[in-house]
Amino acid sequence: MRYEICPADILYTFGAYGMPTRFTHWSFGKQFHKMKLQYDIGLSKIYELVINSNPCYAFLLNTNSLIQNKLIIAHVLAHCDFFKNNTYFSKTRKDMVESMAATAERIADYEVRYGKKCVETFLDAVLAIQEHVDPSMMRDIIPSSFIDQQPRRSAYEDLWDLDQRKIPGQQAIEMHKKNPKEPEKDILLFILENSRNLTEWQADILTMLREEMLYFWPQLETKIMNEGWASYWHQTILRQMDLTPSETIEFAKLNASVLQPSKTSINPYYLGVKIYEDIEKRYDILAKEATSRGEEMVTGREKIFEAREIENDTSFIRNYLTDDLIKQEDLYVFQKQEDQYKISDKQTDAVRNQLIGQRVNGGFPYIVVDDGDYMRNGELYLVHRYEDTELDLPYLEHVLPHIHQLWGRIVHIETILENKPLVFSYDGHKVFRRSK
Amino acid sequence: MEENQKSRFVVTEENWSLHRKGHQDQQRHLDKINEVLKSNLPDLISEENIILSNGKDMVKIPIRSLDEFKIRYNHDKSKHVGQGDGDSAVGDVVAQGEKKAQPGEGKEAGDQPGQDIYETEVSIEELEEMFFKELELPDLEQKEQSVTTLEDIDFTDIRKKGLIGNIDKKRTLLSAIKRNAINGKAEVAPILEDDLRFKTWNPVEKPQSKAVVIAMMDTSGSMGKFEKYMARSFFFWMTKFLRTKYETVEIEFIAHHTEAKVVSEENFFNKGESGGTRCSSAYSKALEVIKEFYPPTSYNIYPVHFSDGENMTSDNKKCLEHVDELLAISNMFGYAEVNEHRRMSTLMSAYKSIEHPKFNYYILQKNRDVYFALKKFFEKRTEGLR
Repeated sequence: MRYEICPADILYTFGAYGMPTRFTHWSFGKQFHKMKLQYDIGLSKIYELVINSNPCYAFLLNTNSLIQNKLIIAHVLAHCDFFKNNTYFSKTRKDMVESMAATAERIADYEVRYGKKCVETFLDAVLAIQEHVDPSMMRDIIPSSFIDQQPRRSAYEDLWDLDQRKIPGQQAIEMHKKNPKEPEKDILLFILENSRNLTEWQADILTMLREEMLYFWPQLETKIMNEGWASYWHQTILRQMDLTPSETIEFAKLNASVLQPSKTSINPYYLGVKIYEDIEKRYDILAKEATSRGEEMVTGREKIFEAREIENDTSFIRNYLTDDLIKQEDLYVFQKQEDQYKISDKQTDAVRNQLIGQRVNGGFPYIVVDDGDYMRNGELYLVHRYEDTELDLPYLEHVLPHIHQLWGRIVHIETILENKPLVFSYDGHKVFRRSK
Repeated sequence: MEENQKSRFVVTEENWSLHRKGHQDQQRHLDKINEVLKSNLPDLISEENIILSNGKDMVKIPIRSLDEFKIRYNHDKSKHVGQGDGDSAVGDVVAQGEKKAQPGEGKEAGDQPGQDIYETEVSIEELEEMFFKELELPDLEQKEQSVTTLEDIDFTDIRKKGLIGNIDKKRTLLSAIKRNAINGKAEVAPILEDDLRFKTWNPVEKPQSKAVVIAMMDTSGSMGKFEKYMARSFFFWMTKFLRTKYETVEIEFIAHHTEAKVVSEENFFNKGESGGTRCSSAYSKALEVIKEFYPPTSYNIYPVHFSDGENMTSDNKKCLEHVDELLAISNMFGYAEVNEHRRMSTLMSAYKSIEHPKFNYYILQKNRDVYFALKKFFEKRTEGLR
């Protein structure tokens, strides 16, 4: 663990860039400006920033008081533990600080060679779709033969399949026609491998930015778990420490501000803590009952360690956000009705499903490449896997030109609007929309 | 466990003062905003925020092209989860519309789509500066009673002699280096008296000048909200522009249908009357007002007429006569026709034939034409008349 004490504007820089060594881009500057402004007028404050590396880096604000730092250090140690032990982080690169520095240097070099404006325009395009990677490729790849193979019900079952076997030649032609064979979730990778438009330096930048996104991805997928874990431990540790009354009050104040629930969103810190506490309580009771029966069972503490190891936000909520907890915490679903946001549902299933839905794919719409040679004209055909939430169409229309810039040919995206499929296309001049 | 970890952590405090990346990229962002402002000037000029700002210095302008566009969900059409105090019920209002949810905690990078359109604060002064750089006053005439007054002093010149307090160190050093270099020495010393450079001021003189804008507008039934807004935004900028050139700028509002009268600004832009249109009535009223209050010998006069072009055909002849009279005493006469569909209008067909250097006309079709109309009326001429 490495702690670095730094002034506010540096901490906010890191907050905006996600990493001290990341490349320069105006969007980070915009973010930095926004965050710094909020800090300057006292609206929000970042106390720390943790980086998933080896050893873990934690940046602490130089104006933190001693008791604040105690809380923060307990908090960041838990983050660090999470980075090291949660399975979704097991494949993230621990040398990303250095790698991003190298990326930044290369991009700066390209700026000198090809012009700032030119590189910036390209970065704009990549950043517009940077979340569309496939993080599952970082995990252990399960051999496809393993999935395809149906368990055999009898020794002769393979005989029945003989009739259904396709003629090899036909199959080969079919396979050849379609690229990708299966819908491809990793749009960046697909463009990287198939675009006819990328120069060498552009492909290089695309590769590097994809790496960075894959590194950040598990953090997007475990926000509630990770923040909940860190908050659970700073509470637990601080409560065991010998604090003076004034320190106790300062701790309570900071803790309360971090864990404050919101009417219009979910505070991941708060919800996370509540779920962990609930697991611990329930399993302690179960374990007690088990011991009284003479059986052995995991304790509550052991159970939360297990959860922090194997779950991500969606599975965590599905497995551990119980009906009782939803009722106890008064969670609800709300939506815009005319010009007001109103509570529309308090059914536990609805709340849970909505929360999970919001966390699927890190909260981003799920888009796949369906065809890289659409109309046999090298056009790119993307499909939005619609799950009851419509896309922001003005934004979509602005993203298409960016994808077009990367692909170099006409780009289509299919989505659903008011239960009807709709295709948006961009040909380099204008966005067209048509119903499918 | 805590005991043996003690040796396994490091606390450092580096000097971060050279880490300027955030500030540099922030500057790049601001530069981009300025680029956008500049390229969108025609649209910005007619922004309602500015025209109705009532003398505020800063206005908020939405800049759409600087959003970071992503494929994202439609916030208004999707459901969200919130948390109540324990007694929430279906149907409770949790927030008023337009309010955005989910403020970011700023922990991970790039996880906040940002729900709002990016708005930036721009000072009207900045916009003015950008805009007025492109405009120029036509035919500025020295009026009889104009007296030059000393306004200010400006350090604009460099000389070899001057007050020691006004020494220009950079230029002095440069000339010393240059002279030494000519002599084959790559040194600064010695600095001779001949090397000294001083900043010297020049007085800035501005003619004591007065101008009046005669704002005339057709308020007959055919002039709708859009037409009036165009006129309003035009006069707003025109007065502002003239103020940069003249010490005092007055503005007279003449509303007309078949008759014309002098009205207040409030009535000018808000009141509508029905009936036919006789434009000559406005012109004769303008002549009357000029005669009474604004002698052309001491005033620079700028009559501008806004109309939709629908005039009684029988009135056109009289209009032309009056326009001639006005042209004789004005610095510039402008006719702006708000005509969304570019139909042939009666007044335009009469004015087409006027060929006078001081006569300008422009047909405005949409908001952004205000900018082009102003540019046409106050065009920068390369062959300067001054």
